[in-house]
Amino acid sequence: MAKKTHVAATVNGQPVEFLCEARQSLLEVLRDVLQLTGAKEGCNNGNCGACTVLLDGLPVDSCLVLGVEAEGAQITTIEGVANDAQLHPIQQCFLEDAALQCGICTPGFIMTAKALLDRNPNPSEHEIRFQLSGNLCRCTGYDKIVRAVQDSALRMASSAATTSKAASANGGPAAVAAARSK
Amino acid sequence: MSSSPSKRKKYKVIGTRPIRHDGADKVTGRAIYGADVRLNGAVFGRILRSPHAHAKIKSIDTSAAEKLPGVMAVTTSADFPNLKDKIANLGEGSVNLAHLSANVLAHGKALYKGHAVAAVAATSTHVADEALKLIKVDYEPLPAVTDVLEAMRDDAPLLHDDVRTNSMGKKSDKPSNIATHIHFETGKVDEAFAKADVVIEREFKTASVHQGYIEPHVATALWNQDGHLTIWTSTQGSFTARQQTAELLQIPVSQVTVVPCEIGGGFGGKIAVYLEPVAAMLSRKCGRPVKMVMNRDEVFEGTGPTPGSAMRVKLGATKEGKLLAGEAWLAYDAGAFPGGMIGPGCMCVFSCYEIPNARVDGYDVLDNKPKTQAYRAPGATQAAFACECAIDELAEKLGIDPLEFRLKNAVKEGSRRVDGPTYPRIGFVETLQAAKASDHWQTPLEGPHRGRGIASGYWFNIGLKSSATANVNADGTVSLIEGSTDIGGTRASIAMQLAETLGITAEAVHPRVADTDHVGYTDVTGGSRVTFATGLAAHKAGLDIQRQMAERAAILWDCDVAKVECADGTYRANGKSMTFGELAAKLPHTGGPVVGRATVSPEGSTNGFGTHIVDVEVDPDTAKVTILRYTAIQDVGTAIHPSYVEGQMQGGAVQGIGWALNEEYFFDGKGHMQNASYLDYRMPTALDVPMIDTIIVEVPNPDHPFGVRGVGETPIVAPPAAIANAIYRATGVRMQELPMSPPKLWAAMARKQ
Amino acid sequence: MKDFEFQTATTIDEAVSLLSARGDRAKVLTGGTDLIVQLREGQREADLVVDVKKIAELMEMKYSAAAGLKLGAAVPCYRIYGDAEVSSAYPALADSARIIGGWQIQSRASVGGNLCNSSPAADSIPSLIVHAVTCQLAGPHGRRNVPVADFCTGPGKNVLGRGEILAVLEFRAPAPKSSSAYLRFIPRNEMDIAVVGAASWVQLNKAGDTIEAARVALAAVAPTPLFAADLSEWLAGKPATAETFAAAAEQARQAARPISDKRGTHDYRRHLAGVLTQRTLAIAVDRANGKQPAIH
Repeated sequence: MAKKTHVAATVNGQPVEFLCEARQSLLEVLRDVLQLTGAKEGCNNGNCGACTVLLDGLPVDSCLVLGVEAEGAQITTIEGVANDAQLHPIQQCFLEDAALQCGICTPGFIMTAKALLDRNPNPSEHEIRFQLSGNLCRCTGYDKIVRAVQDSALRMASSAATTSKAASANGGPAAVAAARSK
Repeated sequence: MSSSPSKRKKYKVIGTRPIRHDGADKVTGRAIYGADVRLNGAVFGRILRSPHAHAKIKSIDTSAAEKLPGVMAVTTSADFPNLKDKIANLGEGSVNLAHLSANVLAHGKALYKGHAVAAVAATSTHVADEALKLIKVDYEPLPAVTDVLEAMRDDAPLLHDDVRTNSMGKKSDKPSNIATHIHFETGKVDEAFAKADVVIEREFKTASVHQGYIEPHVATALWNQDGHLTIWTSTQGSFTARQQTAELLQIPVSQVTVVPCEIGGGFGGKIAVYLEPVAAMLSRKCGRPVKMVMNRDEVFEGTGPTPGSAMRVKLGATKEGKLLAGEAWLAYDAGAFPGGMIGPGCMCVFSCYEIPNARVDGYDVLDNKPKTQAYRAPGATQAAFACECAIDELAEKLGIDPLEFRLKNAVKEGSRRVDGPTYPRIGFVETLQAAKASDHWQTPLEGPHRGRGIASGYWFNIGLKSSATANVNADGTVSLIEGSTDIGGTRASIAMQLAETLGITAEAVHPRVADTDHVGYTDVTGGSRVTFATGLAAHKAGLDIQRQMAERAAILWDCDVAKVECADGTYRANGKSMTFGELAAKLPHTGGPVVGRATVSPEGSTNGFGTHIVDVEVDPDTAKVTILRYTAIQDVGTAIHPSYVEGQMQGGAVQGIGWALNEEYFFDGKGHMQNASYLDYRMPTALDVPMIDTIIVEVPNPDHPFGVRGVGETPIVAPPAAIANAIYRATGVRMQELPMSPPKLWAAMARKQ
Repeated sequence: MKDFEFQTATTIDEAVSLLSARGDRAKVLTGGTDLIVQLREGQREADLVVDVKKIAELMEMKYSAAAGLKLGAAVPCYRIYGDAEVSSAYPALADSARIIGGWQIQSRASVGGNLCNSSPAADSIPSLIVHAVTCQLAGPHGRRNVPVADFCTGPGKNVLGRGEILAVLEFRAPAPKSSSAYLRFIPRNEMDIAVVGAASWVQLNKAGDTIEAARVALAAVAPTPLFAADLSEWLAGKPATAETFAAAAEQARQAARPISDKRGTHDYRRHLAGVLTQRTLAIAVDRANGKQPAIH
């Protein structure tokens, strides 16, 4: 048996400790050791984004992170996105906009979308497509995913009670919504 | 912009957009897909695959692997029953069991690089992988062939000694890579070509492409000590997975339970079994649950691409623009075993047009690729690429607008398809009219290096067998048990039909996909059949409930059941009325639970037609194609949940865009795939496509209570041809080979200059 | 994947001593986006993996207009293009960092790691070459400097010796009226390996109409990223015009010596080397003149 290392990290706000082999990826640790199977394995080499989690706030392919590298890290997985009894606005918009078909890529898309909207509350369609390009979806053709992210931006902006004027610049969702309503 | 049907007054639930019932599980990561199954005591299986595209397997020595600590079991085909040629029906196609068995684990010969040769179960996948390296296989490499035309040559390397060409029932006397020759003919073809004012004849080629589902194949098997085998898997059809596994292991189907997990995409590629029988055998050998998950390169190299093809299409028309004659010669590769997609390809090639005189020849050709599998309208996209490009060129030669040319020749109710059937009420003309009226078609495309293309496509859509059971709950809701695995929102589209039938809300139906022991036989999720056929079963189960509920109302009101009327979920008799919910609460006092049930087996095709419009821009320096605007138009009969109908049209269009522009199996001279990863097998990303506009046309299917035709497959058929036609208008180059990747288009543009 | 030992180094000396002891059997981990894939797929093997991301010097990005940029070898891509000053001083570097993989890759992958992976198609190396970067290497015998154009010696091969690591990439202070650009050609719009890549750096005269000095480098047209020395020299003194860029394209085509493979044919790659040279020169000149051409 390969030697195991003790690792302490924070996952979805909770301190966790686990043992893992050096060769085990963070994805394997999340799924097989911590039983958080929301992150999916689509390719295991960083080309599909189905395993996306946030590592210290940044989206990463968890298949390309070693479990032992997680020592001291803050990790957010899809299981940590909903707030108690309530879905996150991105999750809600994915449902309302039918932005998933088979659903296997959905956790990864939601994690990347969250990282995007946490940084850029009003991205343009091009920015959304560019930042989501590390996540492959084979079912939807991306149309409804992009719209769900646009709608999430609007919903998060209104729930954050930020002024809608600030959000209407540079062709982002707010501007699109304004144009749609005209 | 998406245009969708105006909400019909006729329906309360159908045509609305409720949140799918499995939605919350899927956006929170809670849904259990095949790889998320976790059984106590499970061990992990991995497969050893052939490094050669074609080789005799002289011996396999597993002794060193068996001795590695942590290894629990090793298996090869020697452990499996030796099956004689026997055909098993898989729902959307059939399979020779000896071939299926040899595909699951090679029998004496490896027929493609990536062909499974042996398997190991161990305490971890890492240990299993190390054990694979200790298995010694003595191969005698043989010459390989991966091109369909080369494989047809007399001097090509032969894959099977026992395959002889089946030509309309007659077998050839020599073994051949040509497994089947299909031929059909109608009218007087040669005479008609002689009479035609304009004739064009063109040759086309398409590369093998993969379905590309993001979830790799997976299976977990537990062969219990009592002899019962349970398999948790991601499959398009739990009953066909059960049947295949039972047949390959030669055990009764009743001894196998298949538990369908959530499935991460299939598109036709998750019908045949790969891992299930192997995991079962490993489990039998080690007495523990065995879980197996493929790597992505194994998915590309070991599972079904859809056929590559070589095609020739000849069309003749009068100068007024009426098609007189057509001839098609289609050769599709089947991969390592017979039974590719040539049959539907032949039936679809001229399926959009009235062609009084036509001849079609098709060839199912063996070569050293993974056994081809269905991929979304299997066989139709290749054929449509050839036919729709030829139609476009013919229209141009005649000086007729390509959309008008299609309208002049479009099939309609009463038209006879070249292979025989006569169409019932269909909506092809309506899709062309909708295309013509669309904002996209009406808005001129401006700018250099840009072009607009149009093409149409057809897929049969099938019926097949489905079952449904529905239990009425005391709170007025209904639990619906069905057997169709839900790949894209079909729980919702089926539940909505039950809700409509009962006059309750979509949310008041709780759909569950059950395992093979808990629901009646149900065929695969494929053939665009689920919303149509399983929806029909749910509707009939609803009628069964309605009949029983009326009986209960009659008991409560002490009247003749014939007096009880039901409309919009309210039961009425003699001036009294009760809602479905009120009645449900009273069931315990009127005789107990109410359970509705139905099984259906509708026959024939529901006939889906689509027309796609695309605008492209071609970089004159690099020949890279950018999709500027895209509109997919389709007759879906009736859109039950319009969002998921649009989603199917958008997803199919984008798969078609990938097929058109970049996707291909790239082989080296030894028949080894060079691009078995998502990095180099280039499926479209979000940045590669624009929004995909949809126009849903609804010409109700007269053979379904709500008019459903099915939607999923048709949208992939038209895109490659539409894009080729657009590229022609942007560059003056007619591309006759897929993919129309930048190096190929650049070379073609350079040749033209 | 075969198991290995994992160590986290917190100083360069510690890393060097760990690596020296194991030689070829030890591998350096920065972002891991190449290394983990290669270990998993058996293209590389390791008994020991040394994580160097806890070494402060390797994670530092220090820029001043006077002294230039010291880029720690493990600094991930997102920090580079996320820094407005660095992006504006070394535009080609930012162009490269922005398109190495998707966002998930850029959160981890470093330019130093991209260089040490030494792929002929690496997106960052042409940009490093045109910015005349000096690689500072640390090893058992102390430090040494290597010009980046000499760093790669073949596909996946470089000058790093036993126990040696890449510590810092040193960029000169940006010259006035100078700028740069990197473009690659890929069949999709993201997530592909360059079929061909090209970086151009130019320094213009005060009027902005003449090239005083230039450097052009190409990716995926030779066994290593290629510094087009003759072309770069030829450009000096030429007018900054479309005609010059077109003539430069022709020379770039001559300099390229590509292969045919799954990503492109020999002829097509040669052709692209010209197209991208022409385009990056035009962008670099526009940028040097204070314009902001749209490139992605």
